[in-house]
Amino acid sequence: MSSVDITSKTMDGMGPHGTKVGLLRVLGPAHVWALGVGIVLVGEYMGWNFAVGKGGAYAALIACWFAGILYSCVAMIDSEVTSTVASAGGQYTQAKHIIGPLMAFNVGLYLVFAYTMLEAANAITAGYLFYVVAQMTGHAGDLDQRPFIILVIMFLAWLNYRGVLATLTFNLVITAIAFVAILVLFLSTSGILGTGIMDHAALFEGHELPYGWIGVLAAMHFGLWYYLGIEGTTQAAEEVRSPARALPFGTLAGIMTLLIAATLTWYICSGVLPWEFLGDGVNGSVAPLFDTARLSGSTALVWLLGFGTLFATLASANGCINDASRAWFAMGRDKYLPGWFGAVHPKYRTPYRAIVFLVPIALIFALGAPLDQVITFSILSGLLGYTFMPLNIILFRRKWPLETIKRGYEHPFHPIPAITLLTLCAVTFFAVFLGYGTQLVAMIGFYIVVSLWFHFWRYRFVNRGAQFTMPWPKPRGY
Amino acid sequence: MDMWNWLEYAAWGLSIAFGLHMAVDWLKTDSTYSEDVLTSSREGELEAMAEEHKVKS
Repeated sequence: MSSVDITSKTMDGMGPHGTKVGLLRVLGPAHVWALGVGIVLVGEYMGWNFAVGKGGAYAALIACWFAGILYSCVAMIDSEVTSTVASAGGQYTQAKHIIGPLMAFNVGLYLVFAYTMLEAANAITAGYLFYVVAQMTGHAGDLDQRPFIILVIMFLAWLNYRGVLATLTFNLVITAIAFVAILVLFLSTSGILGTGIMDHAALFEGHELPYGWIGVLAAMHFGLWYYLGIEGTTQAAEEVRSPARALPFGTLAGIMTLLIAATLTWYICSGVLPWEFLGDGVNGSVAPLFDTARLSGSTALVWLLGFGTLFATLASANGCINDASRAWFAMGRDKYLPGWFGAVHPKYRTPYRAIVFLVPIALIFALGAPLDQVITFSILSGLLGYTFMPLNIILFRRKWPLETIKRGYEHPFHPIPAITLLTLCAVTFFAVFLGYGTQLVAMIGFYIVVSLWFHFWRYRFVNRGAQFTMPWPKPRGY
Repeated sequence: MDMWNWLEYAAWGLSIAFGLHMAVDWLKTDSTYSEDVLTSSREGELEAMAEEHKVKS
């Protein structure tokens, strides 16, 4: 490190172990919040309402809160580990340090697939939004959605390519607008400001739990939508100025924001839209918050929620590009993938090859795959990642107890959050199996095949000597 | 041809422009800097945390 000129404007003098060009540490807690909430908030604008279709409005609320517990555990566990293992790659790097190479390879792939699929799903949704607006403004004939889908992916990839500060500042602004839009809709439709239009009692009467408790279980699958992606905050670890403070702060503020947004969303929509319409996300209410705004009769609310929907979609795709590229970059840097992907742009300080490489993959899925399959693949990859987290934190605490290394954040009541998370993951796997059993089995088969490929072929190329980089003592028991 | 038809063309055009900008810059960067510099990034300890660590054996 001493051989590097720290005053250079073109070389990264702060990087460890001979880094000449590294990622730039310019982000603060607000950017971490924007990354996590930005990826997720689109789930409040659309998607969560399939849970209503599975089990009715109350089932969707129960799923909302149980999924909220699941993700609170995820956020707390992630905050502790990532405040200590603060490097690009997030959970991949955590797995590499705490469990081992095969787990790390799988977790890295879960991350890349979850975020790239979600990015594709967001681009498809943005294309659809343009289509709807064209219809509403009297466009004759069908609008070709493809150029808008491609533009979303290309513009956001370009923004990510040009630098992380502008990318996540953009996310901060549009995510904040989308969140405020939900608050304004709540204040306007609940009767706090003006005349309320909600009537929960009438809408729920006779439809409390239309499919019984099995409907509640099935609703858990889509309950994840309220929070899916908050764990993405960890990918900013190598680019925040103060990881030990900013990562826990941004992540925990993010999950609190989402708990509020999710409950308000359920309350607003279930009090205005009949559950049969609300629960049909294909032929009924595609974007429930926007539909509620339309029923309010206020043009201003329609515009606000229209922009909120578009901004939430863009923020999610933007965050997904950021996160998928960091995971891919980190795997390339360790030679889990070709080392060529581990390059950093000397001017923009971004993992530019990883960003560009993932663009055609996102385009292929956005233009060639059905939306529900893309979303399912994303959810399943995410769920596999959540299952890894409790094992990760249990091993972390066992190998490096609290007194051996300092954490930026220590999550309370260990191991209760880990056990709770593992239990809720098992319940959600069963719920997913009820609806998408074939895809679940196919995807687990895929990960088994790539694990075999990694074990018998790829691992020989891994940069084993440089894998363990943290200045920690020997793990207990070794 | 209404506004939306023009917007379709604009979206195609902007997409190509963003794509070209990234591709040209990528090629320029790869030809200007050596691979050693571009892939020199290494994972490492946190400066702030390392200062506070009291490592026990």
